[in-house]
Amino acid sequence: MAIETLPEPSIAIAAPPRPRLGFLTATPIIATATFCLVAIAVMSILAPWIAPHDPLQLLPAQRLKPASEHFLLGTDAYGRDVLSRVIYGGRISLLIGFGATLVSISIGLIIGLFSGFFRWLDAVLMRIMDGIMAIPAILLAIAVVSLSGASVMTVLIAITIPEIPRVARLVRSVVLSAREEPYVEAAISVGSALPKIMWRHLLPNTVAPLIVQGTNFCASAILTEAILSFLGAGISPETPSWGNIMAEGRQYFQLKPTLIFWPGLLLSIAILSINLIGDAARDALDPRMKQREGK
Amino acid sequence: MLGYLFRRVLAAIPVMGVVALFVFLLLRLTPGDPAAILAGDNATPEQLERIRTSLGLNEPLYVQFFTWINKLLHGDLGVSLISNVPVLNMIGQRIEPSISIALATIIVAVVVAVPLGVLAAWKQGTWIDRFVMALSVLGFSVPVFVIGYVLIQIFAIDLRWLPVQGFRSLKSGFGPFLERLVLPTLALSFIYVALIARMTRASMLDVLGEDYVRTARAKGIGEIAVLFRHALRNAAVPVITVIGTGFALLISGVVVTESVFNIPGVGRLTVDAVLARDYPVIQAMILLTSLLYVTVNLLIDVAYTLLDPRIRY
Repeated sequence: MAIETLPEPSIAIAAPPRPRLGFLTATPIIATATFCLVAIAVMSILAPWIAPHDPLQLLPAQRLKPASEHFLLGTDAYGRDVLSRVIYGGRISLLIGFGATLVSISIGLIIGLFSGFFRWLDAVLMRIMDGIMAIPAILLAIAVVSLSGASVMTVLIAITIPEIPRVARLVRSVVLSAREEPYVEAAISVGSALPKIMWRHLLPNTVAPLIVQGTNFCASAILTEAILSFLGAGISPETPSWGNIMAEGRQYFQLKPTLIFWPGLLLSIAILSINLIGDAARDALDPRMKQREGK
Repeated sequence: MLGYLFRRVLAAIPVMGVVALFVFLLLRLTPGDPAAILAGDNATPEQLERIRTSLGLNEPLYVQFFTWINKLLHGDLGVSLISNVPVLNMIGQRIEPSISIALATIIVAVVVAVPLGVLAAWKQGTWIDRFVMALSVLGFSVPVFVIGYVLIQIFAIDLRWLPVQGFRSLKSGFGPFLERLVLPTLALSFIYVALIARMTRASMLDVLGEDYVRTARAKGIGEIAVLFRHALRNAAVPVITVIGTGFALLISGVVVTESVFNIPGVGRLTVDAVLARDYPVIQAMILLTSLLYVTVNLLIDVAYTLLDPRIRY
């Protein structure tokens, strides 16, 4: 019968794109970026074992020594080993980068989910988010640090606050379009509990855009931490962080430019790698973007 | 159009209200006595009392807020806790270097980035395109202070072409003014060029596939005219938008650049205020830069209607 020859009903329910990690080694450039990031992470984690000296040990007799066999990158103005400080510096950067990303995504996700789902909350929450977004992030961060004192926790909070509205806005926009989808309407009409709707139907849609946004923010959080330390408004100066090493190197720049060069190089490599991975993630997870950029 | 403008200005008021509330609460809700936080560890009781009176901290919270807002609306941004000079005067004295750097950066960035983006889109997929994109990722990733010191090392110390640091007012002549403006502007332009070039390229790629571009080419119009007169005009809206959203980057960039190049602008003023915990200065800077950011983005929204007659509100 004719009916038997009809094609399969072509109602394809688009599943939210699932993040896959294959893109991390897709091209030689991305593979190199992934390798650099992993190398910096390993270096930071193993810092106590691979650093040749104690990064806090002061040797006043060895001030501003050039590179030698004993101090491979020389010493700073207090006679501390620059190589050891640079190795330890990665710890702060990565901790702040990944910490701030996780916290801002968690809080922004909750605000965005509620804001997208409840119209009455939306107006209030979004006005607050607009206000925070209007404050330049770096000024907001240095204001928070100057009031609450310089600790890793304060810096983390200071960097996280300006990012929360951006995550919330992103999640909200995803939820607003997803809640019009038939499967969400169906879930509401059969009386699914709200947490279940959010968890099972809305949350999966936000994963791909959040990975992209999160990677980009991770890079900018590391940058902001370095800027705060560099300006003297970051974590306490004796703590080895790339920004702090450069801030100290400022006074001796004409005498010993390597004090700024080495931490600056590692900082740039870390941020560059994360940015490249972020771009690759966007291309891999967002087919529309790929088409738009004509790749 | 006027109605739209009016609505947009109205919508900006709650945004600025939230900014003001945030700035107000930031000091009051930080754990501990605000006066003690601002005065530091070695403060005498008299100093604490002076700060409390100066900021009105002895009043109930809501009275404090409305007194403060009332003063703000009358243009009174408070008095520095350190120098006792009205904050607005302090900012006025140091605004010239900051505005010079910011304007120079925007001009340089647009002049460099837009042609780069157009070129990359036109030569899409070739080595030129890849080079521009690589440059743009690099611009995002290398911090402005690292670029700044590299530029100082090369052009000021090794080649001795330009002065190392500092700023000269325009009043002392255009030559010395420009000489000291070149390196900070170059350093700061990098990230802005990256941002704008990238957006120009993406936006041009969208437009280059359109029918009217094909028609223009079919009519035999020269490629340059097609690119700039037909395509770029239509690709301009996202590019202008990114100049507006990038404005926040510019403000933080100015703060850092002024520290690197030892320029006595409002960025340095802010950093010094942070180190001295001079909160009235910090709060004034946050309020003014936010107001500037909101205004710039409002003007850009309005500019859409002029740039693109299809957009009507």
